[in-house]
Amino acid sequence: MVVKRATRSTLTRAVGLSAAVLAAVLIGAPLIGSTTIDLAQAFTARESTDSVIFFSARLPRVLLAMLAGGALAVAGVLFQALLRDALATPYTLGVSSGASLGAVIAICFGLELVAHLPAIWVAAFLGSAIALATVLAVASEGRRMSSFTLLLSGVTMNSVCLAVILFLQNVASFTQSVAITRWLMGSIEAVEYSTLFWLSVAVFPPLAFIFWKAGEWNLLSVGEEWAASRGVNVTQLMRGGFLAGSLLTGAVTALTGPIGFVGLIVPHALRMRLGADHRLLIPCSFLLGAAFLALCDTLSRVILAPTEVPVGVITALLGGPFFIWLLRSRRRSLWL
Amino acid sequence: MSFGYVLSAAGMRYGDRDVLHSVSVAFNQPGLVAIAGPNGAGKSTLLNVMAGLRESYAGSCQFESREVRAWPRRAFARRVAVVPQALRLEFPFTAEQVVLMGRTPYCDGLFESPEDLAHVENAMAFTDTLPFRTRDFRDLSGGERQRVILASALAQDTPVLLLDEPTTFLDLHHQVSLYQLLRRLAAAGRLIIAVTHDLNLAATYSDRVLLLSNGAVAADGPPAGVLTPARIRDVFSVDVQRLAAPDGRSWIVYGRETGHA
Repeated sequence: MVVKRATRSTLTRAVGLSAAVLAAVLIGAPLIGSTTIDLAQAFTARESTDSVIFFSARLPRVLLAMLAGGALAVAGVLFQALLRDALATPYTLGVSSGASLGAVIAICFGLELVAHLPAIWVAAFLGSAIALATVLAVASEGRRMSSFTLLLSGVTMNSVCLAVILFLQNVASFTQSVAITRWLMGSIEAVEYSTLFWLSVAVFPPLAFIFWKAGEWNLLSVGEEWAASRGVNVTQLMRGGFLAGSLLTGAVTALTGPIGFVGLIVPHALRMRLGADHRLLIPCSFLLGAAFLALCDTLSRVILAPTEVPVGVITALLGGPFFIWLLRSRRRSLWL
Repeated sequence: MSFGYVLSAAGMRYGDRDVLHSVSVAFNQPGLVAIAGPNGAGKSTLLNVMAGLRESYAGSCQFESREVRAWPRRAFARRVAVVPQALRLEFPFTAEQVVLMGRTPYCDGLFESPEDLAHVENAMAFTDTLPFRTRDFRDLSGGERQRVILASALAQDTPVLLLDEPTTFLDLHHQVSLYQLLRRLAAAGRLIIAVTHDLNLAATYSDRVLLLSNGAVAADGPPAGVLTPARIRDVFSVDVQRLAAPDGRSWIVYGRETGHA
């Protein structure tokens, strides 16, 4: 497989194909479910059951899965470039669990609004930023950061956050305790369209920033000095990157809880096909990450229908073996 | 605005260790300069200070009459290119993509211009790297990688080139062709500064040798004046002899250790 240089035409083709896949999922996924619906009926008769199921239950859920999947996949690419580590994702670094803990704390203290913003979102963002800063501080030894300490710090962060969430769940009231369950294992649920709108407002600016800096992530993913000696302002870029990554993870996790492995599977599969150029990798990761999580969520709805499995279970079952395969194949290339 | 570098009392500390202290030199005309010295003499540190990669240096290090740390990164990258000794990649970039990164300081849009591509093509032809342009950088041999890294710096098209031990992984043929290439670039009006361990390569190809010892300048000048057996014994603690080759060049031979006097 020959990796071609990124040009306008390779970008157009790769993005076109990914968008086609996403469109197919967008059309197909809402039709699948425990009840069969008639699409013509759904669009023509506003008050019909078909219409309610399609527009209030399935479509917003598919759209949420898409926004979340796209954002998580791009966050994965971003953390991998920032830390020069193919195993770095919001989930493996403990950023997702930090965000979850933030959300749970907001629920337990009954916070509604912070500075006119929904408290859960603010707390999830702060949680992800604090978790990220802590993991990086623990893992860095001077200027270097080893992959092992990074992963171990992430694992530790995950267990500690999970423990605190379980603790809070036990002291919380019954209703709070039910609400908290979502932040133990990520799941996608139908939401209001206004919520989807606000999620878009939160995730698209960081996504745009990340795509705008695509060329610079290429250099940074090679090395900090490599990037600096080619004209990149590394300190500023990294600061922007960590902020954007925390925002993406925080906003998504506030609505879905911690969903793992999307940021690992999607970028990796794409790198095998497209190579490492972030100008292709970032837009395609968004589109296919969106399609991937929407498919996983569809699977989670039908696999034990009428019962639903949290989508985090599906992604973990797919992602776990993938992670191990990656760890082993990488060890061969890195330590020989 | 003056050409090249002027350093005065430049220094660098790591923790409580003085890696470089009070270095005052000027590199203000085109040519090939070799920086030599034992391990830990501060060669790479000096190179990194001049490359703008160590901003906490003491004293002054001016490039074109402006303090190195005060240069905007992008403008500096159009004047000075850096060749690191080695590069370990985590992701599957091809050799060509690594070279393309050298065009970043000129790139305004998302993609490279035809002019950028022409520079890349040239740089890869110069370094004999075109045959493996589409191969994964991580699958290349040490020497092939080193030439790709050099090509990336050449693509940057700068009047100044800083190299950190560029011949470490190269076979004899590529060592010689690298130094011949550096000579051509120097003759075309560029300032080339290379850290090297190979005193004979330094003596044969460079216009000037800067010998460092314990973070300070031990000698500075044309190779014949700097690389004398007595000075090499002082700095490296190795007994050497200078032999004349039939073509008149002198050759430094070594192999016996001195007992410290």
